[in-house]
Amino acid sequence: MNLQGIFSMSRKDLTTLVIFSIVVLALPIWLQPFGAAYPDLMQRFAIFGILAIGFNILFGLTGYLSFGHAAFLGVGSYTAVWTFKLFSMNPIPALFFAVIMSGLFAFIIGFVSLRRSGIYFSILTLAFAQMSYNLAYSVLTPITNGETGLQLESSDPRIIDSMFVGEQAGLPVSNFFGLEMSGIPGFYFCAIFLIIGFFITQRIFASPFGMMLRGIKSNQTRMNYTGFNTRPYTLTAFVISGMYAGLAGGLMAVTDPLAGAERMQWTASGEIVLMTILGGVGTLLGPIVGAWLIKYFENIFSSFNENVLHNLFGFLPDGVESVVVEITSMFVGEGWHLTLGLVFVLVVTFLPGGIMEGYRRITAMFTGGGGDGKKANADDKQTQPAE
Amino acid sequence: MTERNDGPSRRRVLKGAAAGLVTAGIAPTIITSRAYGQEYRNKPSGDTVTLGFNVPQTGPYADEGADELRAYELAVEHLNGEGDGGMLNTMQPSNLKGNGILGKKVAYVTGDTQTKSDAARASAKRMIEKDGALMITGGSSSGVAVAVQGLCQEMGTIFMAGLTHSNDTTGKDKRRYGFRHFFNAYMSGAALGPVLADEYGTERRAYHLTADYNWGWTQEESMKNATEALGWETVNTVKTPVGAGDFSQYITPVLNSGADVLILNHYGRDMVNSLTQAVQFGLRDKQVNGKDFQIVVPLFSRLMAQGAGDNIKGILGSTNWNWSLQDAGSQAFVKSFGAKYGFPPSMAAHTCYVQALLYADACERAGTFYPPDVIRALEGHKFDGMGNGPTEYRAEDHQCFKDVLVVRGNENPTSQFDLLNVVQQVPRSQVEYDASIFGGELGPYEVSM
Repeated sequence: MNLQGIFSMSRKDLTTLVIFSIVVLALPIWLQPFGAAYPDLMQRFAIFGILAIGFNILFGLTGYLSFGHAAFLGVGSYTAVWTFKLFSMNPIPALFFAVIMSGLFAFIIGFVSLRRSGIYFSILTLAFAQMSYNLAYSVLTPITNGETGLQLESSDPRIIDSMFVGEQAGLPVSNFFGLEMSGIPGFYFCAIFLIIGFFITQRIFASPFGMMLRGIKSNQTRMNYTGFNTRPYTLTAFVISGMYAGLAGGLMAVTDPLAGAERMQWTASGEIVLMTILGGVGTLLGPIVGAWLIKYFENIFSSFNENVLHNLFGFLPDGVESVVVEITSMFVGEGWHLTLGLVFVLVVTFLPGGIMEGYRRITAMFTGGGGDGKKANADDKQTQPAE
Repeated sequence: MTERNDGPSRRRVLKGAAAGLVTAGIAPTIITSRAYGQEYRNKPSGDTVTLGFNVPQTGPYADEGADELRAYELAVEHLNGEGDGGMLNTMQPSNLKGNGILGKKVAYVTGDTQTKSDAARASAKRMIEKDGALMITGGSSSGVAVAVQGLCQEMGTIFMAGLTHSNDTTGKDKRRYGFRHFFNAYMSGAALGPVLADEYGTERRAYHLTADYNWGWTQEESMKNATEALGWETVNTVKTPVGAGDFSQYITPVLNSGADVLILNHYGRDMVNSLTQAVQFGLRDKQVNGKDFQIVVPLFSRLMAQGAGDNIKGILGSTNWNWSLQDAGSQAFVKSFGAKYGFPPSMAAHTCYVQALLYADACERAGTFYPPDVIRALEGHKFDGMGNGPTEYRAEDHQCFKDVLVVRGNENPTSQFDLLNVVQQVPRSQVEYDASIFGGELGPYEVSM
C-alpha cells in the first residue's frame, strides 16, 4: 500500500472527514448555546469519542461485544501517569507508552477471550476487566495507589525533564513543548487525535480488512469454511480497539494527570457499550454522537438543581411551576441516570440502529424517500448486517 | 490494497486540513478573549459571587453529602442575611455583616462527587470552568479531598475541604489552596488512646479491619501507633474494599485470632454494615483472654449511629462535633438547622457550614477575593464561637487545631437523634503534633492560569 493508496478515499468519505473535522474543531463555538463549551467537557467529548470509535471497530465490525474495554482505558491512564512521573511531562512519550501498553494488554486478554464468541466472549472480557479493576484497586496498590488514585508528586524523578528544566515550585503541568495541556489547548490536542483516529477508522471501514471483519460478523462459520482463519483478524481488531482505548486513557491523564481505579470498573465498560448502541453500532459517526450525548447528560443534567429549575420555569404561574419543578427534578441532578435510561429505552425501541438511523430516516423523509434516501438505505444494509 | 481512483487525493485532504486549522486558529481567540483576560480565575464581576458545593449525592457516603448540602444552603442564607443568622452571631472575631461577601450576594452551584476521584474532579472542573465558581468546598472522602485539592491548586481556586479525616489531606498531600477544618486520624488516635487505656486496660490484643484507601490507611496507622504506645498488641490488620456490603468473611477470622478488641477503621455505610455484622456474629458477648470483647470505632458520626441502631450502644469513638454540645455557637447552629430541616445537623454538616463561613470571613478580612490574599488571611487565623472552642488554622499545614470529642454510643437514648454521649472533651494540647512529621509541601501562592 503506497502513500497514494492511504490518502485516496471516496468522495463521500472525504466530505465526511472534512465536515467532521470542522464540527470537532468548532465545538467551542457551537456548544455555547448548550452550556457545554467549557474545556473540561470538550476534552471529555474528544476523549470519549476516541474511545467509542475504537470500540466500534471491534463491536461494530466483527460483532464481538467486549464488556471489558474500560480495562484498557485504565491501563492507558496508569501508563501515562507513570511516564509523567518517571520521564517527562511531555504528552507524546506518555501517549506512546499508553498505546503500546494497552495494545499488549489487549493482545493478552484478546488471545484468551477470542477463543470463544458470543455471550461467552463478553463474559470473559467482563471477567478480565473486573480482575484488572480489583488488581488496580487493592492488590497492586504500590503501582496504582489504590482508591486514592495515582497522582503526580513533586518528589517524582522525571528524568528527562530534570535534565532541561530546574526545580519548580509546585507540581508540574503536562505540556507539549511549553504549551500547557489544560484548558482550551488541551482540548485541541485531544481533538486532533480524535480526527486522526476517525480518519484511521474510515480507512479501516473501507479496507479489505474491514470487509473481512464484516464477513466475520455476518457469518463466521462460512468464513471459516471458505478457508479463512478468522482468529488473527478478530485479534487484530481487538488489539486495535484496545489501543484506541489506551490512547483515550492516556489523553485523560494528559489533560488531568490522575489515574483512578474506578476508570476500570465494569460500569465504565458498560457505558462504552451504551455510547455505541445509542449512537448506532457499526456506523462511523454514531458512536461519537452517543459518547457526546452521554457525557453531556452526565455533566450538564447532573448539575441542575432545584434553583436552576425554578429559574427555568419561572414564567409559569406559581402553582403550576412548583408541580412542574417537582416532576422535572426527578430527572435532573441525581436523577440524570433516569433520563439517560429513558432515552436509551426509547432509542433502542424505536430506532434500533441508534441515533444515526434516526438521522437517516429524517434525511430520507426530506428527500422524498428517493435519491439520497435510497442510497442511505443501501448503506444501512451494508453497515448493519444480520446479527 | 488496490488503489482507488474514484476519490480525490492528497490535494483535497490538504485543503480540508487547512480549513480545519483555520478554525482551530480562530476558535481559541474567541474563547480566551472572553473568559481569560482576568487578573485571577473567576473574578466576580457582577453583584454575585458563586461558590461551588461538591458533595457526594450518590454512593456510599450519600447520607453525609445530603447533610452537607443542607448545611451549605443554610450558610448561604445566613451569609446573605436571611434566616436567623446562625453562627454569624456567635463567631469571634467576625467581619461578616449578613450582606453577602464583600457586598456581593452569594450564589452557589452544586456537583456530585459520587465519592470517586475522577467524577469529583470532573464536577469541580465543571463548576470552575463553566459556572465560574470562585471557591470549591465539600466532599466526604479523603481520596476525593486529596484529588480535588490537587486540582484546585492547579486551577488557583481555593478548596475548603468537607469531611476528610486522613492525615494525608493536610500532611503528605497538603496544598497551598486546600484548607481543612475537620480533625484527622492522628488526633483521633491521640484523643482515644488514654480513654481506651482507662476503660479497657493496657493489656489488650487488637484486630484492625480497615477501609482500603487513603483515609483507612492513615487511620489504621494512627490507631496502631496510639494503642501500641499504651502497651496493646496488634494481632492483625486486614484491608477491606470500600462499599463491600458484606463483611462476614472478614469478621469470622477475628473470632479465632485471639484478639479481644476489634478496631473498625470504617466510615459511612461500610461502618454501619461491619459493625452490625460484628455484633450479629456475637463478638460483643464473647470473653477472650479473660476479658470482655470490645469494639472500637475511631471515627464516629451521628448519621452512622443512626444507621447502626442498637448495635452502637456503649461503643467508643471520636468525633469532630456533636449537636448536643452546649456552647453558644453549636446551639445557634443546631437551632437554625433544626428550624429549617426539622432535625439536628451531623458533624459533616457542621464542618461544611463552618468552612463556608470561614472562607467568607477571610475574604472580608482580606478585603478582596484574590485567592493568595484570602489564603494569607486564613493562615494562622484564630477564631472561636463555632462549636469547637478556640480554634486555629495552622499556617504550616492548613489544619485546624481544636479540642477533640471522645464519644460513646448512648445506652438510653431519649430521642432518635440522641445517640452519642460525650465522654471527654480532649484538649487541643493533647492532640497537637509537629507539622513536619507527615512531610508534604504546600506549594506556591501564585499559580499561572
